[in-house]
Amino acid sequence: MNAITNAIEVKNLVKNFGDFTAVHDISFEVKTGQIFAFLGPNGAGKSTTIKMLTTLLTPTSGHIVVNGHDPAKEQDKVRKCFGIVFQDPSLDDELTAYENMDYHGILYSMPRKLRQDRIEEMLGIVELWDRKDSLVKTFSGGMKRRLEIARGLMHHPSIIFLDEPTIGLDPQTRNLIWEYIKSMNEKERVTVFFTTHYMDEAARVAECVAIIDHGRIMATGSPQELQTQTETDSLEDAFLKLTGTAIREEEAGSFDRMRMVMRRRGR
Amino acid sequence: MNAVYVLWIRQIKRYLRSRARIIGALGQPLLFLVALGYGIGPIYRKAGGGNFITFLVPGIIAQTLLFTSIFSGSEIIWDRQFGFLKETLVAPVSRFYIMLGRTLGGATIAVFQGLLVLVLSHFLGFRVVNTWMLPLAIVFMFVIGLMFTALGTAIASRLTDFQAFQLIINFVVMPLFFLSGALFPISGLPPALAIVTRLDPLAYGVDALRGTLSNASQLGIINDAWVLAVLTLVFLALGTYLFQSVEV
Repeated sequence: MNAITNAIEVKNLVKNFGDFTAVHDISFEVKTGQIFAFLGPNGAGKSTTIKMLTTLLTPTSGHIVVNGHDPAKEQDKVRKCFGIVFQDPSLDDELTAYENMDYHGILYSMPRKLRQDRIEEMLGIVELWDRKDSLVKTFSGGMKRRLEIARGLMHHPSIIFLDEPTIGLDPQTRNLIWEYIKSMNEKERVTVFFTTHYMDEAARVAECVAIIDHGRIMATGSPQELQTQTETDSLEDAFLKLTGTAIREEEAGSFDRMRMVMRRRGR
Repeated sequence: MNAVYVLWIRQIKRYLRSRARIIGALGQPLLFLVALGYGIGPIYRKAGGGNFITFLVPGIIAQTLLFTSIFSGSEIIWDRQFGFLKETLVAPVSRFYIMLGRTLGGATIAVFQGLLVLVLSHFLGFRVVNTWMLPLAIVFMFVIGLMFTALGTAIASRLTDFQAFQLIINFVVMPLFFLSGALFPISGLPPALAIVTRLDPLAYGVDALRGTLSNASQLGIINDAWVLAVLTLVFLALGTYLFQSVEV
């Protein structure tokens, strides 16, 4: 399809918020068509990194190339090539499920026919087709999550970012969604970049894993390589060995962080 | 350009689905019309001002436009909190179009709300002096709506939490409203107040509506049109600039 061998390249990436360093000089590569798991405890810098990769935040320093383009400079070219499922909600509650999907399709310049077909297909997969005309605010947490995933995948991007996509979903739905993602990955060589706290999930689907902690990459490799490297026999044990067992504070949203910065500035 | 449509229709749908918002937004202008119209009306007439309702209605319509459109612009704060803003910011669409769609949506809603007040005021005895001026009045309403939705967007692009909305109401909306001459004639004011009202963008909106609906402009409709057009462009540019650099 395209000749770019690396879908994502990150070199010496740094992000500071005030005097707090969220991402501390990280480098990694994701090959085109790879399923890549980005793992780390809460507050490790995963979501901040994803925001920089997806043009939502500008790095303090370092280089990023996504599908051959720099997200900080060629925002539109980068935005065209990826889809994203955010960690926290990003639906419009006052619109119906169908409208949320349809408007997404229009924003991504999908022709009407394709839009209709894809919406039916995706809503069918996440079992929301018969609720398509309900306002999203009437949905349960799990239904909203399914809709977010359906929307993020509907335009078949060449790179998909999934930030803890399966949080709050039952095992049936998780399996269904991963099957669909894997088939997209196989048929269309879609690159998948995801974060999760379910280590079994990462071990099962990821070809390559990077473990990040305190804004630094601790290890990269296939799940098997990480187990060998840490002399453990599961990815979960490898993860715990690399990141320790101390419980982390929940990662604050960007608002809280901004407030913290403001407070520090004495406002 | 499809993005402009999506963000426009989204605003409209959200508005039409929220009956509480439509009715709630009518309460205040109605209260002003009844309390001030009937309360101050008799004194106004004695002082030789003529029919106060005729004078007041364009001002109250301008107030409705101001409140509705600043609120629409500020909805960015809500979208940020509830997450939908991210969905639009990662889409391969220029932020100018996103901002434009939202602003056109806000202006459309404002006009609709303004027309509702106009219809209601009919029952309080208000009559449009020249019916053929009505289309021009609607154009002015739309421009006023655009201007203040853009201003709301510009301010809200820099704010991150709900509490900040109160700030907008107290330090932007209320001064703009009370100093605009919506409630009193702007001729024969003390010099300091006269200067302040001339600096209030809404004053030109109030005057334009007074000119088109009640045939009682004090500044001249052509002047109003110029000032409103220029200020609308300035606020649109400002809103676009500040919205460009929004991070979530």
